[in-house]
Amino acid sequence: MDITFKDVSYIYQANSPFSHKALEDLSFHIPSGTFVAVIGHTGSGKSTLIQHLNGLLTPTIGEVQIGDYFINADKKPENLKELRSRVGVVFQYPEHQLFDETVAKDIAFGPKNFGVSEQEIESRIEEIIPAVGLDKQLLERSPFDLSGGQMRRVAIAGVLAIKPEVLVLDEPTAGLDPRGQREMMDMFYRLHKERKLTTILVTHSMEDAVRYADHVIIMNKGTKYMEGTPEEVFIQRDALNKVQLDVPEVIQFINSFEERFHIKIPFKRQSVQELAIQIQQVLKGAESSE
Amino acid sequence: MREKFIEFRNVSFRYGDEQPWVLENVSFEIYKDEWVAIIGHNGSGKSTIAKLMNGLLYPQEGEIIINGLPVNDQHVWEVRRQVGMVFQNPDNQFVGTTVQDDVAFGMENRGVPREEMTKRIGEVLKAVRMEDYLLTEPHRLSGGQKQRVAIASVLAINPNVLILDEATAMLDPRGRKEIMQTVADIQAKNEISLITITHDLQEVVQAERVIVMNAGKVWDEATPREIFTKKDELREIGLDVPFIALLADELKHNDVSIINEPLNHGELLEELWTLHSKM
Ligand SMILES: Nc1ncnc2c1ncn2[C@@H]1O[C@H](COP(=O)(O)OP(=O)(O)OP(=O)(O)O)[C@@H](O)[C@H]1O
Ligand SMILES: Nc1ncnc2c1ncn2[C@@H]1O[C@H](COP(=O)(O)OP(=O)(O)OP(=O)(O)O)[C@@H](O)[C@H]1O
Ligand SMILES: [Mg+2]
Ligand SMILES: [Mg+2]
Repeated sequence: MDITFKDVSYIYQANSPFSHKALEDLSFHIPSGTFVAVIGHTGSGKSTLIQHLNGLLTPTIGEVQIGDYFINADKKPENLKELRSRVGVVFQYPEHQLFDETVAKDIAFGPKNFGVSEQEIESRIEEIIPAVGLDKQLLERSPFDLSGGQMRRVAIAGVLAIKPEVLVLDEPTAGLDPRGQREMMDMFYRLHKERKLTTILVTHSMEDAVRYADHVIIMNKGTKYMEGTPEEVFIQRDALNKVQLDVPEVIQFINSFEERFHIKIPFKRQSVQELAIQIQQVLKGAESSE
Repeated sequence: MREKFIEFRNVSFRYGDEQPWVLENVSFEIYKDEWVAIIGHNGSGKSTIAKLMNGLLYPQEGEIIINGLPVNDQHVWEVRRQVGMVFQNPDNQFVGTTVQDDVAFGMENRGVPREEMTKRIGEVLKAVRMEDYLLTEPHRLSGGQKQRVAIASVLAINPNVLILDEATAMLDPRGRKEIMQTVADIQAKNEISLITITHDLQEVVQAERVIVMNAGKVWDEATPREIFTKKDELREIGLDVPFIALLADELKHNDVSIINEPLNHGELLEELWTLHSKM
């Protein structure tokens, strides 16, 4: 499903002394099947933005279009439930979406609510549990008697179980151990490729944005500050620094390498392995030219 | 000799009689004025260790001593006066209806005079850059703003032991660096024990010592530099090494001889420079 924001502003507690404008005049277009990373400093409006994608929040001004659904101040779609069966959202704090008695019931809640058969739900759970790196033994435990990272995995499993067409992820790897972070991101990427899932990832990891995203949106104080491909966006060190952000560590290293050696290694989303080979060749080249 | 401040002696713990042991025979010591990072895969027992340190849980076996006091019913209140903890999810620790009340709460409990309290609220909120949110309700903050306030509330009570359980996981990279710098300055100035539980490898590098947990047991205990030479073993237990250690490793595979294990950009560049000028 295509996603379009047209001049969207969102004000929390509008018409009260505490009113706070969290989004201002935000416009962008995400073609169906894209992997988009949304990046920005603390409080820049990322979580507010994504809560518009399944109608949890309604724009104060402007309009959000998701596929054939239109959401604006005057009209919420009547079939909000249908929208939510197609747009799955993993929230920033997993505790906010866990509530059932057991892990198994929690994961089953979404699909059950959308009328998926018991049998189908069971086979989905069977498939998802190992994919999110959960131990089967935890299925009968209360989701609140888990470690932080285990809760995160349950919350993700619950959203995957509804088999959404659009996957919205608000810092989904926060709290996961390093292997979990890598495996989870690889799994999201695989789903994105195999099922052509439109994927919207809110992240503070520039590395993940470079590695997985086709398109990057940088937020600053509720407005869109920049957008483009990772290659376009992440070489703009000064512009990013201005809004509290850093370029990915690979680029930081390439930059300081250039300062020290006066040799430029162009950034082409290379892996650590590829970078090591380039450095080795540069050093060898320097040797033979002297 | 450095002064021991926290001691775990053969501690074993499980959440119920029918439940599996989640900590098994865990022993370690942490000194006053030391910064220790605790790392480990999800469910390895890190948060459980934190909760045992301030008497939110008691071990079934073994003993925990904080500043000479065994952590038990008799001493738990004194222990909690000394140990400040930021939980993994800040929502679990907000008690006030406004940011300002929340920061005040811990100080009120400790009988800090009103004037001093107002002054400190201002200071700590400024230190975490949340001074503009005094009257905001905590649940109306963004994810990262909540973490900043949770850290401020603990700094306000001037603890002798500061435990940060993934307390910066939702901050942007700059914000994370700034906050950790603030905390490190306070740690050095007040000579407190700082314990950071984290999956952020950059943050681990800054600690003096690392305790690595695996399946409820202490797997290793060493400086970050020593720990991060064990790339393959760490990966086997769900962990990893920072970017620079990874790059150094790959360079070695490509016959670039790296002699001193680098932990940051400066050190790796220095290694390469030495090599380059020898060529
Ligand atoms: N329920 C709410 N009521 C009032 N203001 C809110 C509410 N939720 C968020 N805000 C404010 O709106 C702004 C944007 O918040 P949002 O949660 O969208 O930020 P974010 O980019 O997700 O930040 P973070 O990276 O810290 O999670 C912040 O200044 C925040 O204080
Ligand atoms: N309240 C509880 N009741 C029962 N078991 C629990 C409870 N809390 C945690 N556990 C279990 O104890 C083990 C250790 O949990 P702990 O929270 O200490 O892990 P952790 O190392 O902090 O993990 P994470 O990195 O995911 O936060 C896990 O297997 C977890 O499922
Ligand atoms: Mg957020
Ligand atoms: Mg934990």
